[in-house]
Amino acid sequence: MLLIPCPFCGPRDETEFSYGGPSHVTRPELSASDKEWTHYLYHRRNPKGPHRERWLHTYGCNRWFNVMRDTVTHEIQRVYRMGEAGE
Amino acid sequence: MLRQYTSVWKQGVQRYSFMQVARRALGGNNGWLPAWQSPTLKPSYDAVIIGGGGHGLATAYYLAKKHGARRVALLERGWIGGGNSGRNTQVTRSTYFYPVSVNFFDHSLQLYEGLSHELNFNVMLRQSGQIILAHSQHELEILHRWANSIRMNGVDAERLSVADIRRQVPILNTNSRLPIVGGIVQPRAGISRHDAVVWGFARGASALGVDIIQGCEVTGFRINGGRVVGVETSQGSVSSERVVMSVSNQSSLLAELAGFTLPITTMTLQAMVSEPVKPVLDPVVISAAVHAYVSQSDRGEIVMGAGADVFNSYRQRGTLLNTRATLAATLELFPCFSRLKLMRQWAGAVDITPDTSPIMGLTPVRGLYINCGWGTGGFKAIPAGGDTMAYTVANDKPHPLIEAFDLWRFERGALVDEGAAAGVAH
Repeated sequence: MLLIPCPFCGPRDETEFSYGGPSHVTRPELSASDKEWTHYLYHRRNPKGPHRERWLHTYGCNRWFNVMRDTVTHEIQRVYRMGEAGE
Repeated sequence: MLRQYTSVWKQGVQRYSFMQVARRALGGNNGWLPAWQSPTLKPSYDAVIIGGGGHGLATAYYLAKKHGARRVALLERGWIGGGNSGRNTQVTRSTYFYPVSVNFFDHSLQLYEGLSHELNFNVMLRQSGQIILAHSQHELEILHRWANSIRMNGVDAERLSVADIRRQVPILNTNSRLPIVGGIVQPRAGISRHDAVVWGFARGASALGVDIIQGCEVTGFRINGGRVVGVETSQGSVSSERVVMSVSNQSSLLAELAGFTLPITTMTLQAMVSEPVKPVLDPVVISAAVHAYVSQSDRGEIVMGAGADVFNSYRQRGTLLNTRATLAATLELFPCFSRLKLMRQWAGAVDITPDTSPIMGLTPVRGLYINCGWGTGGFKAIPAGGDTMAYTVANDKPHPLIEAFDLWRFERGALVDEGAAAGVAH
């Protein structure tokens, strides 16, 4: 079970949050090819290690934020706001 | 079928039979040979299969058996059957919705029905049926539609009334908090012993000359002009113009090494068993509404499958949240299990695709084939996965049963959305 440090409310139990999948997925231009569009819709980075992802504090402040979490140890390494760069 | 085998078993492999057991017993059980050989890795093969789970082993077996391949290596990073093949809930069924899925999964179930004979290894298939419960009229209507579609595809499925369900599962609490109003059953569905499936295919493949190499990790691909020419491993380089990736949750990582990406997310799916008790539950019982997935193994344990954890994970250890939810749902349906001790809980890292259908066939790299994306339901597909992938490798084109499951279906928009077919939400 994760203890997720919401940047607005502080550390809260995983049950209060919803997972939003990978962060920093950029929608391509409308002129994108089928291949680029497929990549955007379906292909995901699926790393074994640090993963940048979005969480929503559904049963708290109801705000989105980014988390960098290790997919092997589940250690939360960094929490940052939406719009901030991942690196 | 057995006659074809005599030639195979003459190659220094013990055929298992009553006479063999009796002879070994009289000899103090000395003289049993290992079920499969452990040869050293050779520098070159006609085909290399990466991943020693059920799918990889079945692919190796059918490649040698049906297509006459003699120089085949199977490379397993850990030990065979140590991944999802040994972590599932052993359910075999073909209750899918779309014709392409039903045809594929029923081919698999048919192969399972003859597998103990085929492999001369008892996989302990018990076709005691799979019952899916409805807790509301709407759910029941959807289940009836599902059963109709299964029957339209020529596969067995029947509607059940509450009285039918009570008769088949007397210990079920049909007056649960969400009362049961009916259900459907696939009578030919059932469970088998997952380790036996792995070991049976390993033994069969080894008898046919496949080199099963355990403790051998693939660290890279050798690709020349868009064509695979070999793999780099922790035990050295291997040349091969045909390579199969059958590595479940590690697929994204291997694909990256080969220079392409996959629409796969690796997540954790857990299961658990109680202490063993006398037989009380014959069919597999599933409820989507409360998320229960319950059966009793031949060893007597009550086997319970949980939902997947929601986030990306390679951890192979499920969260307590899902354990608790699964147990609560199971106990509501089966109050008599409340005094049982939970004996083990474990998890596997599963490879989920956007449409929860597998990805099988060719890849952007010529000579490199893929079999992955089984998500929460790969065990039941092992024989057909192996059979169709062996055909695909031997002919360099997808087997007709898996054409719809190719990697490019996402680009064509031809998804095979079987999201509901798990019977429970994942």
